[in-house]
Amino acid sequence: MSIFIDENICNGCKGLPEARCERICPGNLCYRKENTKAEIRDQSACWTCACCVKECPVQAIELRLPFQVCSNGASLKARLKRDKTIWTIWNADGHQEEFVIQAKCLKGD
Amino acid sequence: MGITHIDTDILIIGGGAAGCFAAVEIHKKSPDCKVVIMEKAHIDRSGCLAMGLNAINAYLNPGQTPESYVSYVEREFEGIVRKDLAYSIAQGLNEVVKDVEEMGLPIEKNEDGTYKKRGKRSIRIFGERLKPILAGAVKKTSTQILNRVVATNFVYNGKRVIGAFGYGVRNSMFYVIRAKAVIVATGGASGIYKPHNAGEARHLMWYCPWNVGTGYAMGIRIGAEMTSFENRFIALRVKDVHAPTGTIAVGVRSKQINARGEDYLERYYKHLGGNKCLTQHRLLATIEETKAGRGPCYLDTTTLNEADEKRLKEDFLNMNPQIILLWASKGMNPRMSPVEIQGTEPFIVGGHCQAGYWINKERKTTIEGLYAAGEVAGGAPKKYVSGSWVEARIAAKTAIDEICGISLEEIDDAAIQKERTRVLAPLMKKSGISPLQVRERLQKIMDEYAGGISMNYALHEERLLEARRLLKYLKDRVKDITAADNYHLVEALECIDRIDVARVVVEHLIYRKETRWPCYQARLDYPEKDDSRWLTFVNSIYYPETDEIKMAERPLYQ
Repeated sequence: MSIFIDENICNGCKGLPEARCERICPGNLCYRKENTKAEIRDQSACWTCACCVKECPVQAIELRLPFQVCSNGASLKARLKRDKTIWTIWNADGHQEEFVIQAKCLKGD
Repeated sequence: MGITHIDTDILIIGGGAAGCFAAVEIHKKSPDCKVVIMEKAHIDRSGCLAMGLNAINAYLNPGQTPESYVSYVEREFEGIVRKDLAYSIAQGLNEVVKDVEEMGLPIEKNEDGTYKKRGKRSIRIFGERLKPILAGAVKKTSTQILNRVVATNFVYNGKRVIGAFGYGVRNSMFYVIRAKAVIVATGGASGIYKPHNAGEARHLMWYCPWNVGTGYAMGIRIGAEMTSFENRFIALRVKDVHAPTGTIAVGVRSKQINARGEDYLERYYKHLGGNKCLTQHRLLATIEETKAGRGPCYLDTTTLNEADEKRLKEDFLNMNPQIILLWASKGMNPRMSPVEIQGTEPFIVGGHCQAGYWINKERKTTIEGLYAAGEVAGGAPKKYVSGSWVEARIAAKTAIDEICGISLEEIDDAAIQKERTRVLAPLMKKSGISPLQVRERLQKIMDEYAGGISMNYALHEERLLEARRLLKYLKDRVKDITAADNYHLVEALECIDRIDVARVVVEHLIYRKETRWPCYQARLDYPEKDDSRWLTFVNSIYYPETDEIKMAERPLYQ
């Protein structure tokens, strides 16, 4: 598994013609099932690029590594602000890390 | 399934680094020029920059000159490089980086406001959002963006390219686009060889798995001259997650060590300056150490301090979050344990290596009306993202100059129907072979007979001839591919494009009878580099009427 979409958090981007993850996925993997919740059609086709993770406004999607690469679960989420990206990492041992990284110069925006 | 007709002045195929920059450039130079970008995914996050980028590795820091950049590239590529192209790239590097900074890209700076030097030709950027920043600049222009439209073929009248065909994966529309000039700016090719990771992790690969060489394949199919497809790229990367090693080796100066903790580059390449050896030597030495039973090999990150570690993690989040997950999963940090490294499967690219269209200095291909920039433009390795922007600028200028006096040409209705039938054929079949089967067959042939990862990348005549034979059979089977929906249809079209690229790769590998580049192109039957015979470009042209690939040599100096 490369991404996990929490269906309790996902609101399917109701009202938009496509879910945001569906709109952005470079591999055309995310889609909206029966117009309600987002799903990934093929986990083995995921590049783990985290584009959907970044795009989701309610942080319903987390990035994980496929089990064959690492058998201990860790996961990661991102929140995009206008000029920075905030990353939260859940380590396998339970502790959490946060990174706030500049992502855009707003000059001229 | 309807047909959408669009007329434009300039059509850009591929909305990546080069494609976006070209659109912005055309708008700047010629605001009334109509531009269309045809993009397979969504230009906000597509192609190899989708994950982001943490450094620009083609930049002239103080002390570097266009001449020093060209000699560096020439040295790295054992003398085979189009110096005219590399020089024209070098001249524009710093200017394009400044332009992208103006668009909003954060770049690490010194207190005096100059860019902080990361390496001789490298600066550190905070490029998690590089792609949306480039796309944002395009959206400020009048460019018409066609997201989720897969390019399928050029419209070619036997004399010039007069447009392109595409298929809309969301709206099931067949696109017929007429243009006075077409700039091909698509990505290189992944998935030609069996990937290092299999099964559920098959797409956990270095290069974007949806860059399948379509831009190459479209050119091959109309007989455009291609160069250096034998110059494959094999990246030395963090094992399994393929995070860039340069982030560690250049960013925080870690050394390559074997399982015994020895600095093996120093041992193999003392005569070349040890750790200062060529990129492909770092890979070769790692493979040799592993063969000799001294692996796994690592980048020694245990010498880092806490600040270095934080910096390293930030850099990786900006470009490759997978490695952060790897560290988090194993409950360890890079200071506790060195980072294991390994070679990837081979890729066909023009940004790190030099496979691509044979072009002139103005970025014209050998076909009238068709220009190339970025990953698909051959002969200029190590251009990376910034070099792709320079090429986009040059191609844009040439295209603007050359469309004067050119008018749109009529497209024969039979040609439209023929291509539409070809593209939609997999949807029309009820039974046959799946794109998955074709892809796995292709990757197995290439891995086992054309020097894939399981063969330690080694090549020789007999196996290559077998690859040629098997690929021909495989090509004959593509008429039987079936697809149930648009998603699988794209996979089917990708398989067809990959096979066309793979056949050219094999012909190039057969032709160069020497070992020019360790690992990238290493022949067991011709193990030496032979400057007296092979200081030349190996080029090819495909003849669709006879399904033949004819080889040609071109001199180094153009």
